[in-house]
Amino acid sequence: MVPSEWLPRLLGIAVLLPLVAFVVNVLVGPALKKYAAYLSTLMICLAFVCSMTSLVLAWLPYHDPAPAGHGDSEPHAAATSMIIPVADQPQQAHQEIAAYTGYWYRLGQFGSLHLDIGYYIDSLAVCMFCMVTLIASCIHFYSIGYMHDEESEYTDHEVTLSDGSYLTRPGRFPRFFQYLSLFCFSMLGLVISGNIAMTFVFWELVGICSYFLIGFYVERPSASTAANKAFIVNRVGDFGMIIGLMVIWSTLGTFNFGDITKDEPGIFSLVRPAEHQHELIVPAKMVQEAASEKVAEIVQHSESLETALSEIDACTDDWRKEGYGYWLMIVAGLGIFCGCVGKSAQFPLQTWLPDAMEGPTPVSALVHSATMVAAGVFLVGRFFPVFVPEVLLVIAVVGCITLFMAATIAITATDIKRVLAYSTISQLGYMMLALGVGGWMAGMLHLFTHAFFKSLLFMCSGSVIHGVHTNEMTEMGGLRKKMPVTAYTMLIGCLAISGAGIPFLIGFSGYYSKDAILEQVFSFWRYQPENAGWGALFFLVAAGSAGITAFYMFRLWFMTFAGAPRDQERYDHAHESPKVMYIPLIILSIFAVGVAWNFFDVSLTNLLEQARPLGTAASVQGEIVQQWWPDEHLAHQEKIVFPVTLIAFGTAVTGFLLAMLFYGLRVLNAQEVQQQFHMVYRFLLNKWWFDELYDFLWVRPTLLISRLVTGIDRRWIDGLIDGLADCTKRFSQWGDRWVDQGVVDGFANLIARWTFNTGLSLRRVQTGQLRQYVMFIALGTVAIFILISLFWSRTLAG
Amino acid sequence: MSLFEPVGVTHYLIVGAVMFVIGAICMATKRNALGILMGIELVLNGANINFVAFGSQYLRTETLGLDGQLVALFVIVLAAAEAAVALAIALNFYNNHATIDVDRADELKG
Repeated sequence: MVPSEWLPRLLGIAVLLPLVAFVVNVLVGPALKKYAAYLSTLMICLAFVCSMTSLVLAWLPYHDPAPAGHGDSEPHAAATSMIIPVADQPQQAHQEIAAYTGYWYRLGQFGSLHLDIGYYIDSLAVCMFCMVTLIASCIHFYSIGYMHDEESEYTDHEVTLSDGSYLTRPGRFPRFFQYLSLFCFSMLGLVISGNIAMTFVFWELVGICSYFLIGFYVERPSASTAANKAFIVNRVGDFGMIIGLMVIWSTLGTFNFGDITKDEPGIFSLVRPAEHQHELIVPAKMVQEAASEKVAEIVQHSESLETALSEIDACTDDWRKEGYGYWLMIVAGLGIFCGCVGKSAQFPLQTWLPDAMEGPTPVSALVHSATMVAAGVFLVGRFFPVFVPEVLLVIAVVGCITLFMAATIAITATDIKRVLAYSTISQLGYMMLALGVGGWMAGMLHLFTHAFFKSLLFMCSGSVIHGVHTNEMTEMGGLRKKMPVTAYTMLIGCLAISGAGIPFLIGFSGYYSKDAILEQVFSFWRYQPENAGWGALFFLVAAGSAGITAFYMFRLWFMTFAGAPRDQERYDHAHESPKVMYIPLIILSIFAVGVAWNFFDVSLTNLLEQARPLGTAASVQGEIVQQWWPDEHLAHQEKIVFPVTLIAFGTAVTGFLLAMLFYGLRVLNAQEVQQQFHMVYRFLLNKWWFDELYDFLWVRPTLLISRLVTGIDRRWIDGLIDGLADCTKRFSQWGDRWVDQGVVDGFANLIARWTFNTGLSLRRVQTGQLRQYVMFIALGTVAIFILISLFWSRTLAG
Repeated sequence: MSLFEPVGVTHYLIVGAVMFVIGAICMATKRNALGILMGIELVLNGANINFVAFGSQYLRTETLGLDGQLVALFVIVLAAAEAAVALAIALNFYNNHATIDVDRADELKG
């Protein structure tokens, strides 16, 4: 199969299949009953088949994933001790990135500008397709079991009606799968989209699906509030994203990622042109836009347009050196990142994700951990070549704050799903940090491994909730005897997220990706020539939080599955979930163990390496911030890998042991520690008071202003409008009385009266006497003759 | 003109005028509906005589020709139809009022 032909077709079909399921379920869903679920599941499975086909038959035979460039940089870097090697350009100069760009449909053409429904397919997109469709297929099967309550009438025990009874409503089984299908369509469309505008459209579509699914139990006030919160917080981020889009469109005149033809360069080749060895430069159009005053001056002083244009072209390089347009790159990058902050729940917009756990658990597994929230990281990865070092530093700082904050909050949470939600935020922070310090590969790898083990963890927690009908871990305990499959698959998930493994030998998937991130951060620290403040901070926080991760994950596992049951009644009712639910768990746990294994040529790392944006592996220095972003390959050296692996292993083991002592063996008492560090505990339990802070800063002022505006609206604007209406009414009453009744009616009546009087006076002629009529005729005739003869004249006759 | 000249158009016109006047007076004075119908016939025939006279080639060199005769024929046909309708009205009137006095037929007076 020729990849340039078959990849867009196969993946396009994979995108559209869930849309078919959605449309059918919208139109005839309620009539299909549980076949609606089977339809959605079938479609996503077919999409998975399409994705796997495109990976195995259309991608791999044409793109050998054997490692290529690794060997070259190693000796070169090893020779320099802690001195940044000047970017080894020739190695990358003639590289061609393996990506297929094109469009299915051209939406609009405005002169030389155009907008397409396009695709940008590289190994990252293909791998994302396989990952999303695989997890989504598992979750569809799982949901058939998890949501079976909804098949018939459903009694919601969390909604109490005014008469004290529980709300009973028709089941929403088809509707759930309808939303899931729409979500799958949007997510796949987001991954395949070939331009940032199309990305934005699907970005909003996944947002609305998330809104629908969080608010699935719409009668619960907490669910509908959480849905609104998620939607509104995301709007804040998307606002920044729109600004980024505007900068890109108005200065570059294209939204396309890659080149469609040689004459239509995409953003990537504008920002990193091949003639500059794919080094990041400010595009000429952006420079001229920023230096518009100088451009205007040249145009005024030159004789013809041609000379002016050539002079502008000649000056562009000088302007670029003076720094024109650089800040536009920063704004564009920060704007796009803003959207990612909202979607990926990064600081300071992280508050929506924990509340989003009000949705059904399969939704949390698919949307709010594995795929949609990872879309922000995916977009940062996609847009990675466009980010200037200053933006990368912002990304790293935001990621660092997020991962630490969320990890600390997760320690105190007792709701099993909230622990996982904070853990998701924390892991997303890791990805952002990795990308921010220049570790494209590390960030993307963690995106994939995290998707597998986090969806696994969520589905396990769903299985537990299904068994014991509560979210509170304080009411669980000892459940591994009741539900062994769930317990041991969840243990695998915990080990994977903690990065468990035998150092330098083999490990769970998290071992590879988390170590890659830590190595990257460490090399960012170690390769700073001076002023290493940021790097040290990043590394300490990241390594410390890795320990916290292990602690809270095993705290969760021990509290749920180990020890004696805390609530005997719930324990007695607990049961293992049906097969349709635990078989997906086993499938996902296999992937959580082995997805990042790097023993063969065909491995996730090597596949993703093919999609690495051109020129991003080189070391760069910021223009405003004096930091070095070292070559990513430098992180693979022995002197980096060796200490980092040991540190990561040590922190994880420490976290695990602490959890063991507190919750596994219950040797230490967590209550005592809580009282000892009362203030800290309160601080963490209240989630750093972010909700209260935002409530005070934004929500209350907004409500106050809106109440004020309502008052103005009610009193003044309504008064004005009522007054106007009253005036109009009076005016028309006056008009009715005088104009209509007086003039118009009067005129008509007058004519009628005249007609009537005339008729009245003429009626006497009608005597009914036949002989009289004959007389009149005769006399009339005679009279006419007499008159004619009297006035007869030649002139009258003509 | 004198009555002692050979018979010409003038004589016919005089007879027609006399018949017309008699008919008109008959219509104006009779109360019997049948009398009025007779008056109508006289008026029509008085006019007919004029047409015939103007159409005859024996009386004038400048004639209307057959046009005059044809108009006379039309008038006769019309008179016959009109008489049929008028007699029907008279019969109906008699049925309703037991009289054919036209002075009694004043129900539609103003």
